[in-house]
Amino acid sequence: MGLLWLLSFCTMKTWEVMKEMYESTWLFCLKRVITLPFVLLGVSIMTFLFIRFVPVDPAEVILRLSGVAPTAEAIQALRSELGTDQPLSIQYFIWLKGVLYFDFGTSFVSKLPVAQEILEKLPATFELALAAFVCIICFSIPLGIISALYKNSVFDKIVGLLSIISVSIPTFWLGFFLLYLFSLKLGIFPTNGKGTILHMILPAVALALPTTGLFVQAIRTSVIEELQKYYVQYAYLRGLKKTVILSRHVFKNAAIPLTTMLGMTLGNLLGGAVIVEQVFSWPGLGRYLIESIINRDYPVVQCYVLIIAIIYVFANLCTDILHRVLDPRLNGEGGRVE
Amino acid sequence: MIILHKNLNGKQLTSITLLTFIGILGLFAPFIMPHDPFLVDVSKKFLEPSWAYPLGTDHLGRCILSRILLGIRYSLGSALFIQLVATFFAIWIGAIVAFKRGIIDFLFIRICDILLAFPTLVLAFGLIGILGPSLRNLLLALIFTQTIYYSRILRGLFISVHAKEFIKAAKISGTSGVKLIQRHFVPNIMAPMLTIISLDLGKVILEIAGFSFIGLGVQAPTPEWGMMISEGKQYIRQHPELMLYPGVAIIIVVLLFNLISRHNKQVNH
Repeated sequence: MGLLWLLSFCTMKTWEVMKEMYESTWLFCLKRVITLPFVLLGVSIMTFLFIRFVPVDPAEVILRLSGVAPTAEAIQALRSELGTDQPLSIQYFIWLKGVLYFDFGTSFVSKLPVAQEILEKLPATFELALAAFVCIICFSIPLGIISALYKNSVFDKIVGLLSIISVSIPTFWLGFFLLYLFSLKLGIFPTNGKGTILHMILPAVALALPTTGLFVQAIRTSVIEELQKYYVQYAYLRGLKKTVILSRHVFKNAAIPLTTMLGMTLGNLLGGAVIVEQVFSWPGLGRYLIESIINRDYPVVQCYVLIIAIIYVFANLCTDILHRVLDPRLNGEGGRVE
Repeated sequence: MIILHKNLNGKQLTSITLLTFIGILGLFAPFIMPHDPFLVDVSKKFLEPSWAYPLGTDHLGRCILSRILLGIRYSLGSALFIQLVATFFAIWIGAIVAFKRGIIDFLFIRICDILLAFPTLVLAFGLIGILGPSLRNLLLALIFTQTIYYSRILRGLFISVHAKEFIKAAKISGTSGVKLIQRHFVPNIMAPMLTIISLDLGKVILEIAGFSFIGLGVQAPTPEWGMMISEGKQYIRQHPELMLYPGVAIIIVVLLFNLISRHNKQVNH
């Protein structure tokens, strides 16, 4: 009898511990990390299949680009050299093995390894995206909080109008507008190229503005929602200063829902960078991508898509984990984020 | 449509009216445009605005107003087309997946997870990179990316409607298949879906313009607004107005779409 009781006690205890673990932040992270390789594998299969949709034979493209007449024998020879005459699954494993050793093939145009060229250009794009991110944070936090505090005032209405306009402006048009105004008319900033911090300001602002509009409105909504909660009223009753309530209590809570927007922002910035780089002749990944698309340099396009997708997957993982860590209320039954 | 009408406020009605007006302008563009938008006449290049040419002429002597009017078809028209086709596919994919559940649902969710692991713009860049730059491929790429996103949302909406009593009642009275979806499911998901579609219409217009601007969409003589800005960029020093007019046209249309959806978004919050 005693043994049975002990056994059931142990089972109960284990069950409780398991349940607690299930609801903990750590287990959530573990689950996300375990599913990660599957997502990455899926992403790699998709990227590999991508290139199979090509309406023309890669061997033919290579021959045309290198100025050789694409005769049937030449195409056949190149196919067996590239390995495209083998079954799809074998091609995939050969390709995947290459990718794991960071070998994405060679560019059709420059004959250099694709990975090397992309890695050379990646830092410039990251620099631009980071500068844009700093702009977004610097502008949207103060504007969002002030509009929330003075809800329905003239200032709030103006900010609301400006933010809806900012999401309606095409990035490239905004880029040219800034270029015309500040470089050609006022002569403050250089028109194109990369080097000093002055070169970076216009592209960063052009890239940041549409997302800033979204952020201002999101921060405003979030802060207004928090201000209506009981704990804020209680803090007022305790006689705390308004600044203390805002900085210690409201803003911390209001920032949590915004962390989910970070992953999306990175996607917007990397995609938008392609267009902004074109306007300001910024020597980044985006310009290289456009050149490659126009030259039909498929390995570069494939490598670009894969690398950006991997970065995006990891960024989303980090934001999800950050969200959990900042807001432990999400753990448990009520708050499963899917 | 009745559901929509109740929730509209003054601003939204104004936006919808203006957009309908712009749509009609685009539809009847060939009858109201003052000149042939494709007619090249180098002797008339860079004319100042006048009664004959209300917005002047571009670097090839083409009437800018006529080009902007015809451009409504390419910008607004393609965006509407993309959204309609994507929604149509998404309704069927979402409905089938939500009804069958089981293995199809499992596979669908996994594939969606993987496809949504790519940022939308990057996926579209990749597809156009593979298919080659043209208007048709741009439409295909954007329809594809929108369909994935919408079918995921619609699956969720369909599953939530599926649990309702009136669906059980309809099933018991013998309604099934296509009729069940058309009569009972679609009307119930219309309101949230229309909000998302109108919110995304502005985004799609910006994407079409952006892709055409970098040369991956609509090709040269076609008067698409993004393409017009791209053509005007060489003359930014002497004639910035070449870029000004099509840019303002894009901003107005996208702004109107965003004004429609902003109200709904605030209600949902």
